[in-house]
Formats: sequence, C-alpha cells, structure tokens
Amino acid sequence: MTRVRSEDPAAALGAHGTALREATNADAVGGRIPRYVATPPDTDAVSALLSAATRHGLACVARGNGTKIDWGAPPRRVDVVIDTSALRGVDHAAGDLVVRCGAGTSMATLRETLAAAGQRLSADTPVRDSTLGGLIATGLSGPRRMLHGPLRDLIIGMTTVRADGVVASSGGRVVKNVAGYDLGKLHTGALGTLGVTTSVTLRLHPVPPARRAVTVTPGDVARARELTRDVLRSHVVPAAIELDWPHGGQPGLRVLVEGAEGGIEARATEVAELLGSGVIAPEPDQGWELLPGVAGDTVIRLAVPLTDVAHAVTTLRDTADAAGVPASIRGSMGAGVLHAALPADADPRAVSGIIRGTRNAVTRGSLTVPHAATPLREEVAERGPDLLWGEVAGLGLMRAVKDRLDPDHLLSPGRFAGGI
Amino acid sequence: MSETVHALIPRLRAICGDDGVITDSAQRRTYESDGLAYHAAIPGVVVLPTSTEQVADVVRLCSENGVPFVPRGAGTGLSAGALPHSGGVLIVTSRMRRIREIDIDNECAIVEPGVANLEVTRASAPHGYYYAPDPSSQQVCSVGGNIAENSGGAHCLKYGFTVNHVLGLEIVTPSGEVVRLGGKSAEAPGYDLLGAFIGSEGTLGIATEVTVRLMRAPQRVTTVLAAFESMDAGGSAVSDIIAGGVLPAAVEMMDALAIEAAEAAVACEYPEGAAAVLIVELDGPAADVDAQFDAVTELCRHNGAFEIRTASDAAERARIWKGRKSAFAAVGRISPAYIVQDGVVPRTALGEVLHRISELSQRSGIRVANVFHAGDGNLHPLVLFDDSDPEAGERAEEVSGAILDLCIEHGGSITGEHGVGVDKVCTMPRMFGPADLETMDRFRGAFDPDGIANPEKLLPTPRLCGERPGVRKGEHPLVAEGTAELF
Ligand SMILES: Cc1cc2nc3c(=O)[nH]c(=O)nc-3n(C[C@H](O)[C@H](O)[C@H](O)COP(=O)(O)OP(=O)(O)OC[C@H]3O[C@@H](n4cnc5c(N)ncnc54)[C@H](O)[C@@H]3O)c2cc1C
Repeated sequence: MTRVRSEDPAAALGAHGTALREATNADAVGGRIPRYVATPPDTDAVSALLSAATRHGLACVARGNGTKIDWGAPPRRVDVVIDTSALRGVDHAAGDLVVRCGAGTSMATLRETLAAAGQRLSADTPVRDSTLGGLIATGLSGPRRMLHGPLRDLIIGMTTVRADGVVASSGGRVVKNVAGYDLGKLHTGALGTLGVTTSVTLRLHPVPPARRAVTVTPGDVARARELTRDVLRSHVVPAAIELDWPHGGQPGLRVLVEGAEGGIEARATEVAELLGSGVIAPEPDQGWELLPGVAGDTVIRLAVPLTDVAHAVTTLRDTADAAGVPASIRGSMGAGVLHAALPADADPRAVSGIIRGTRNAVTRGSLTVPHAATPLREEVAERGPDLLWGEVAGLGLMRAVKDRLDPDHLLSPGRFAGGI
Repeated sequence: MSETVHALIPRLRAICGDDGVITDSAQRRTYESDGLAYHAAIPGVVVLPTSTEQVADVVRLCSENGVPFVPRGAGTGLSAGALPHSGGVLIVTSRMRRIREIDIDNECAIVEPGVANLEVTRASAPHGYYYAPDPSSQQVCSVGGNIAENSGGAHCLKYGFTVNHVLGLEIVTPSGEVVRLGGKSAEAPGYDLLGAFIGSEGTLGIATEVTVRLMRAPQRVTTVLAAFESMDAGGSAVSDIIAGGVLPAAVEMMDALAIEAAEAAVACEYPEGAAAVLIVELDGPAADVDAQFDAVTELCRHNGAFEIRTASDAAERARIWKGRKSAFAAVGRISPAYIVQDGVVPRTALGEVLHRISELSQRSGIRVANVFHAGDGNLHPLVLFDDSDPEAGERAEEVSGAILDLCIEHGGSITGEHGVGVDKVCTMPRMFGPADLETMDRFRGAFDPDGIANPEKLLPTPRLCGERPGVRKGEHPLVAEGTAELF
C-alpha cells in the first residue's frame, strides 16, 4: 500500500461529489467519535472515497439511518462514517418480481413502491426506520422468515465496494443463477467488515390477497412449543409462528396465515382449533414484527433447534428474573430464532451473567448479543468481543476471508466476531 | 500417472484401504468425465473414502504435497465440474451414503454427501415430510453434488434452491481441516460461510456431512397441462399467472419440436397440434390450491389455450410430467447429437429471446428444441446437430454460444443450475467484470491459498481463456497492485 502523505485527506475524501463534514458526538459509532462524515452520491464516489481512505489509512464505518449503528462490538477505530443516505433509487421490475435498490433506501420507501404494484419483499423490518443496507449488514430477519427464509435468501445480487475502492458485483438480476460465488451471502450480517454495499437486487413476492392472525395464550413456553409442532405438522402452511413474551406478562403465541381469499377462512379456523382456543383476527397486531423492548436495550439472539426453543427461552427468562433484570422475549418459534431485550440501564455485570448462564444452557445452536447497551459495551471494550458471540465455528476461515478482502482492516475494524 | 501422485499411493491405501484406492488405468478411465462427456481426463488416482477422517487425511496429504484434488459425487454434473485432474486425486463420495438421522421434530435430516437426493425424500416420506430441491437427476445425483452446484429443480420457482434448504455442513477445507458450518438451528454466528460454500463447485473443499431442512408434504398437488397454438400465447399465459399473484410450485414449457421428440420417445400423448405446452403445478393447502387452480385455468383459456388437462393424483400427474421429464433424452430420437444449454433471462424477456433463438436457428440451419422452466426464465435449449458432419458441430456450438449471449444481453445469467465448471469458465468474463472475478478469486484464496481444490474450474485463468482486455485494465487499482493481469 502506498500512502500519499502530501495529499490533504479531507480534500481526497471530499472528491467525486462526496459531501464531507466534520463529525460530532451524534455521529459516534459504539462510543467512538469519527473525524468525518462523508455522504457519497453514488457507487463511483464510494469507490473513490474508500480508496482515498485506504491511501490515508483511515478506518471507515458505513451508516444507513443509524438505528443499529451501535450493534456489534465497538470498532477499534473509526475515522470516517460513510453515510449511505444518498445511495437511493428503486428500480422495480414488477413483471420479473425483482427490484434493485440503493443500499441507503429506507425500507418504508421500498415497501410503498412495491405495494403500489401489489408486491412485497417477504422479509419484515424488525427495527423501524431501517435502511436496506442496515438490515443487510446486521442480518436481521423478522417473523416471515419461517416461510420465506431469512433476508439473505431473498438477495439475488449485490454490488459492494472493497476497502481498496474496487467495485465488485456478484449474483445478478435473475432469481435463478448459479454463476460464480454468491458473495452477497458473505456481506449479509457482516456488519460492514468486508465491504460497503451500495446496491442490492432482491427477489419479491406478490402480496397475498388475504391474511389472518390467530393468537392464543398457551400458559408457558413448553406448551407454546407443542402447539408450534402441531401447527407445523398440519397442512395449513403458516407464514409465521411467533412467541411474544413481554416482561411481566404471559407468553403469547401468534400464527400468521396468508394466501388466497377463498382458502383463508378454512385455514385460520384449522389453526384456531389446533391452538385450542385461538382467536382469529384479520391482521396481526401493530408492531408484531419488531424486536422486543425499546431502542437502546441490550438485544440477545437465540438461534436453536426447534426442540430446544422452550428450554433456551425459559432459561433466559428465569436467569434474568433471578438477577432482577426485566427481559422481554419475542421471535420465531417456527424458525427457532428469537430475540430478548434487556433494559439499557440494567447492571452490566448482571447482564453478562445472564448471557453466560443462558449460553451454557444452550448446548446446540447459539446465543449472541447483536446489541450491547452502553454500560455493557464498555465491558466488552475492556474484555473483548467473545461475550457477544460466544464460540464461533470456522473463525479461522472467517479471518482469512477478512484478510483477503480488507487486508489493512480498515472497514469497521473490531466490530465483528473474533475481533474481526 | 504423474510421479508425485504415484508416490502417494501407498499412503492413500493406508488411509482408505486397498479397496478404497483405484489405480488400474481401465478402472480409472470410467471416471474420466461427468455428465458432460466431451470433456474427459483420466484421473491420476481415484479414492473412495468412507468417512470424514479419511477425506481429511487424503486432502491433507494432497495439501502437503501440492497435489490437486477433485471432489466427485455421482458424476451427473453438466458443466464438467467433476472433470478429473490427470495429475491429481479424484475423491469420490460414493461410499459415503448413510442417512445418519431423520429428525422430524427439528424438521431436518443429517446425511453423508454420497446419499442420492431422492433417498432423503424416501426416508422422510413415511413421516409426511420431504426434501424440496428436486433436480431431474434426483434418482442418482448426490446431496454433496447438489451442495456444490446449488442445484434446483422444477419446483425451485416456489421453494428455492439447495442453498435455501441446508442448515449445516461439515466440510474438509483444502488444507485438510474439518470445519462445521451451521447445524440444526437456522443461523450460526459469524460470516455466512455456509451460504457461500453452497454453489462453490468443489473449489472450497469437500462437504462430508450435510444437515438438510425437511418440509411438510403439501396437502394438495394439482397439475395443469394447457396446450396453445403459439409459444407467444403460452408465454403470455405465464406472465398473466405470475402477474395475477399466483406462485405455482412449477411452470414448465415445451415447444413443438420438444413435444415431437417426447412423443417419439415416450408417447406422452400431448394435445395434437400444440405449438406450445405449458405445465403448471400448484401445491399447498387444499383450499388455497383450489382457488389458485380456478385462476390459472381461467388465465390459460383467456390466452387461447385450446385444451386443458388436470391431474390430481400421482398417476395422472406422472402422465403429464412424462413428456417433460423425458425431453432431454428424447431429442436423441430426432437428432443424432445435441447440446443442452442452460441460460437464464428475466421472465419478461422470454418472448423476445425465444424469437431471437428461432431466428438464430433459421439462419444457421441448426434446429433448436426449447424446454424450459418458464416461471423463472431458465432456458434449456437443446441444440440439435448431426455429429457426422464436423461443420454442423461447429455451427451448433456457435448457436449455443449465441444463445448465452442473448441471455447476457437481456440481463440474465450464463447458468441457472448446471454451474460453470470447465464448460463455462471462459464465459464468466462475459457476465462478470475483472474486478468481480478478482474479488471472487480472493474469496477462493481464503479457503484454498495453494490452489489445489478443483483447480481451473469456476474462475477463468489466462492459461484457460487467454488474456482478456479487462474493461478497466490500465487504470484499475488492481493493476497497480499487480493482481489485475490474473484475468
Ligand atoms: C439428466 C440430468 C438431469 C439434470 N437435471 C438437473 C436439474 O433439474 N437441476 C439441476 O440443478 N441440475 C440438474 N442436473 C445436473 C446435475 O445432476 C446436478 O448438478 C447435480 O447436483 C450433480 O450431482 P452429482 O452428485 O452428480 O455431482 P458430480 O457431477 O459428481 O459433481 C458436480 C460438482 O460437485 C462437486 N462435488 C461433488 N461432491 C462434492 C462434495 N461432497 N463436496 C464438494 N464438492 C462436491 C464436484 O467437484 C463437481 O464440481 C441434471 C443432470 C442430468 C444428467
């Protein structure tokens, strides 16, 4: 790498139409305040920006709407925040059930555009005001992942800028395509450590003409698991089976069915019967697809085999109760991926005790901490990121991938598993 | 046999046993190609391991000696991905075919890589479950091969590809290390190496154990066959069905020449005079399927279908599928030789591309039979020629290549399911730029720094494809780094 010392970094970063400003406290990433915030207008500008940053040895973190900017471990360094808000634009090929959009596109805008043509991205937005890029970088999927797969399954093409400014695409604009490695998979959930994604092509579905939500209060999570199994073994093909267990409340189970108008009533009735005393509503409650808790909370993710869900969830809740920390839990009983929210002001030692205690009880699958609230984050900064990820299989390969794609470790350094 | 490989034989025997190492040249020759017979090479040596440990030991031996290895499943691949290396070790999974576990409560199964795709469904069927990816070769092709090719099938329109149905893998990396990616849960922490490994065509290592997701068998399956007087009419029925919000499990189409071949081969008795036959399969909850069935038949009629047949039991369904499933082999009845092409176009470009193919055919005098997955724009044109005429072979190759050009021109892909392998390695630069390919090569290098895992497949090299003037060559940052001339 050649560093050009005579070049003024600000001038280099601000070239190619990129708007550059000094950062403020509000631009902090995991508590680290950057020097600059750069807003590039397009992929070419991102390319120029990143190659300038590399020339000057500056660490960069991409930011969408900032709703999950503190997710992951605090970066070791951040010099430049790359604001993706100008990377917008939605190119909807309705006849092909495909859309290509800029990574900075807000999920709300995308939803509106698609809905106008009777289509949707069958991945929910578990955090309000997210951008597509932010959702992809955090690898966050909502209730409908049970039927349609997680967000990564709906991504068919991606353009990403490497740390050295090289613009690389993989996949394409057609759903069926096996040419080359599917690098979009790598970037999904990578917290921006392998590149800055600028544009994404997604597979869409028609909005099903009818839907019903059937809810029940099963008493405990073990019973919720039994009911989940019964629904999965039936022929109703639910789109989602969700647990919602707010702190201080009873666990609720919600089954969503979607499909043709003609068949929906019969399917909803069958679900209601399977659940015993299920109540049928035309729509799920508002906000059912959101993460539990409120912004700023510590977020814990459980991903376990279906038969282990009840044990994992109950252990987490019991451990939290014993520590006097209120925990709200919500997520997919049908996919076995659930989130718990612990309040931001909870004692960080109690929270790390809950994390470790529950992790020990999760013998198959994983417990990770996508977001650590401020006091806990300080503990992570001190003791290293393992508290957030636990044991990660394949870490050696992951490091090798990082070294090949970002050899100087300038993209979100330290935000990811294993300190990557 | 190369010297280096020869020297490894005693150690390979110690790892795999005498019956697990094939050195005899006639026996080695039986592995010289996969389903794409015109690429052939006799492997240096063939090993038939029975366990992960044996695979890992063999790969480690290769790695220590800088000897290339090529994984092979059932050898049905259609891109010469399993083409052996004459100076290398061919690692065949045919003796790793145990189904280790069917876990219905967790909706998954754990299998060894050599298990045939259909065996997974057979083993889960008594529980009312099945394994969704269903390549036409499913009776023989291996789950490991499916992983490597990210195989699809007629039903991937609704259910997706192999990558959407795999929860976990145990892999042996090109350095001989055993790594687990994922498991019985839906996600694992860290980069999604599982997702990136699927479709990697044996270039990132060998899958030695696979955890697949099982699905509940649908309550109702209804298959509709509709006959049209023109391909355009059939095509617009497809567009209307999709635009109408129906997502069938499968939408397949055949043109007159493909129908003629199928009739000659299996007497499928499709409606007489059909210029296009459309097969639409709907599955799911009974009430849902019935509602969709009404919509689909109405749209077919509206687009001029002159005959519609419906199948609702397995026997009737088999009758409808008979012609479609036999189509590839059937063209042997109407032509001495043929090339099966595999390209993808956006569905909305189907009509236009089919016209252009027909023009190509007329201009060259080379007949093209069209059989395709219409729902997702995946074309499988069968380019027919007489192999006793060397010039015809050349012209057929040209037509086949020109069809891929059409796919690229319309924003599609050079392969929807058969993979790149050797066959399309020099076509990759027509779909991806030098920076895209160099980035993919970096990813490959993270797994295989010494380039011994299925070398010279998937990504083009100057030796294979010649130097290509890169789009941005000369000014590209990679040039400065000294890596850009790779392509
Ligand atoms: C008649 C016919 C119909 C077909 N229909 C379809 C179809 O509908 N859809 C479709 O997608 N394909 C289809 N194919 C193509 C082919 O069957 C698939 O690509 C299949 O997945 C190959 O499996 P295999 O076991 O035969 O693999 P092989 O041909 O043995 O190998 C294919 C590739 O996989 C690699 N490989 C094999 N095993 C492993 C392993 N354990 N770990 C890592 N790499 C490995 C090899 O190195 C090679 O690159 C068809 C082929 C034929 C002949």
